[in-house]
Amino acid sequence: MSSMDTSNLTIETLKQMFAVGRRFDGRSIEDFRDLKVSLDVSNKAEGSARVLLGKTEVIVGVKLQIGAPYPDSPNKGNLMVSGDMLPLASPRFENGPPGFVAIELPRLVDRAIRESKVIDLEKLNVVPGEKVWTVIVDIYPLNDDGNLIDAATIGALVALKNTNLPGLDKDNKIDYDIKSKDKLPLSKEVQNPVSVSFFKLGDSIIVDPTREEEEACEVRVTWGISKWNKQYMINSCQKSGKTPFTQAEIEKMMVLLPKKYDELNEKLKKFL
Amino acid sequence: MASFKRHDGRSLTDMRPMTAKVGVVPNADGSAMFAFGNTIAIAAVYGPRLLHPQHMQDPATGILRVNYDLLSFSVADRKKPGPSRRSQEISKMTEWALAPVLDLEAFPNTVIDVQVYIIQADAGTRTAGINAASLALAHAGIPMKNLVCSVAIGKQDTNIIVDLDKEEEDFEDGEGATDFPLAKIANTDQFTLIQLDGKIPPQRVKEVLDIANKSCEEIYEVQKKALKELVE
Amino acid sequence: MMKNDFKNSAENSEDIAIQGEDTTKKRKIVVPGEVIASGEDYLPSDGTRREGKDVIASRFGLAEESGRVIKVISITGAFVPRRNNVVIGRVTNVTFNGWVVDIDAAANGFLPLDESPRFISKNDMAQFLAIGDVISAKIWSINNRGIDLSLNGKGLGKLEGGFIFRVSPNRVPRVIGREGSMINLIKDKTGCNISVGQNGWVWIKGNDIDSQIRARKAIEFVTDKVHVEGLTDKMEAWFTEN
Repeated sequence: MSSMDTSNLTIETLKQMFAVGRRFDGRSIEDFRDLKVSLDVSNKAEGSARVLLGKTEVIVGVKLQIGAPYPDSPNKGNLMVSGDMLPLASPRFENGPPGFVAIELPRLVDRAIRESKVIDLEKLNVVPGEKVWTVIVDIYPLNDDGNLIDAATIGALVALKNTNLPGLDKDNKIDYDIKSKDKLPLSKEVQNPVSVSFFKLGDSIIVDPTREEEEACEVRVTWGISKWNKQYMINSCQKSGKTPFTQAEIEKMMVLLPKKYDELNEKLKKFL
Repeated sequence: MASFKRHDGRSLTDMRPMTAKVGVVPNADGSAMFAFGNTIAIAAVYGPRLLHPQHMQDPATGILRVNYDLLSFSVADRKKPGPSRRSQEISKMTEWALAPVLDLEAFPNTVIDVQVYIIQADAGTRTAGINAASLALAHAGIPMKNLVCSVAIGKQDTNIIVDLDKEEEDFEDGEGATDFPLAKIANTDQFTLIQLDGKIPPQRVKEVLDIANKSCEEIYEVQKKALKELVE
Repeated sequence: MMKNDFKNSAENSEDIAIQGEDTTKKRKIVVPGEVIASGEDYLPSDGTRREGKDVIASRFGLAEESGRVIKVISITGAFVPRRNNVVIGRVTNVTFNGWVVDIDAAANGFLPLDESPRFISKNDMAQFLAIGDVISAKIWSINNRGIDLSLNGKGLGKLEGGFIFRVSPNRVPRVIGREGSMINLIKDKTGCNISVGQNGWVWIKGNDIDSQIRARKAIEFVTDKVHVEGLTDKMEAWFTEN
């Protein structure tokens, strides 16, 4: 499969198409592709999910560990989001030290989940001040056809919502062979964080690009959004790339964002 | 002995149920998934493609580069991302298991990249990985003399068993557990992966090889079916 | 510049092997190491080898028996460049004596300066072809240094406007069709200029966005299934429905 960079003439054609709201696969520039989600990717994970967004495929697994809390939060559990851009997923990814994409993606997913406070870290105490649960979310793309970030955040959300705490033996040590029925404690006030990334080419802003579209775009901004006490709340944001966004463009995104949130949540209902 | 049942009901020479599917990673030139029971491996092949950096290129031959690793959540005790010494060793073993069937000299200055990842580990990961990689290479249309089949033969106390799972690997009574992963070029007598950990008298090795031949024949049928199913 | 020649550029690729829907040849899917046929009379060709009496597959693909000759055609995998292939590529570098072109192969293509259609001084090189520009070129020679390209031929040269996209290189003969029948059908029905590279890259330029999208959809429909019978009829039907 090709790692050929996007050509000038293709960029120009995509610019013209987006300007009149057209895309090769027939979607509008605001539509997400078909979304398919499944659970139980690995029986060794405490929770896991597979997300298929168009042809983009990402798997996410959640592992729980027990350890000492951080000194500045002695009664709170910990969250860590990690992952790897497996070279398997794209001709552009290589083995070796992580490139920027590999560094940024897990951090974006982390902030969307963490800032929403969907995980009730205070309920992750095992022995107050001494032992807490650490929740580790690992993200692995299996096929990159664009918009890995949004697919990964969805995967993380679904995996977390379907995570069971492992059993503890009498010394409060984890025994992975004991399957507990206790689900990961989630906040009752926070509902379902997801991320929505907007990409810009020329004067057009599109959502959920294929890899071809993504590589033609000049800049991206990713928003983490959830609901807090039934109110839409933006929890995180990061613009990635040189090209600026205008104020009008940002305001337009603010109108679109809650709609996209509702759309994604509707599609994910049966897994959450 | 004939009625010996293993902990999951298998006979001594039963492998776990195998599943194989080709084309699981659309971006790759070739890809496949192969599972022995609960051990699931996926492999993707990119190449032949240009090898960077240039100084690593070999004008006499193409290079086969294998990267094998466990995903963090494939094992009960989470594995930190990034290659471990174990995965680096298995990467090399896998490369040597596959290289003999490839005509690398036909592709000078290039690299054939094989990526193997274990999604769920229940012993036999390197053998599942080799089976998946062999399928992925074939799927990529790379000139190959033959497929490569791999299975872990083992020994539990004095019983020689096929395709150990994790519980059997951890067995400690009597002579304990022996793990003897092997790979061979299908339809030949050539073994391309030979590793062993445990305790086995030299005179029993022939028994192991004979059993491995039979198991590999079954594996070959599974691999063949997966490739042909692509076209239906 | 070369606009009028573009329409015919696909025909150049017909010089290279066409595998049409010829049902008089015997074909079956084979895996590496599989015995295709047994007998001293058979002549093992591409993708096969002889071991004793047997002709054996040396790769995964479609085994084709044509008379006594047996070969295995690849139906998957990366592009293997051959001399005289017409390819579509993207300029990645301008050097002192030519252009480096990504042709999606295991080596880069190189277009020497003296291959340009008119005299170009070294200072004007980027004016003719800059990084990111697209060309349709012929593979002139394959050697240890790389792949040398030439623009000498009908329909070859810098491509302007439109867009390029990739199909699996193994599907290219199907996209072109016997004597260009499929690609000509698509061109007629959409009114687009289309150029198909053996490396799987396709250039489409139409009068409007709709016809460009339609032409791409048609080509993707053609390339979708691994094995299709009666494709021409299916395409006629497709065009009535789409």
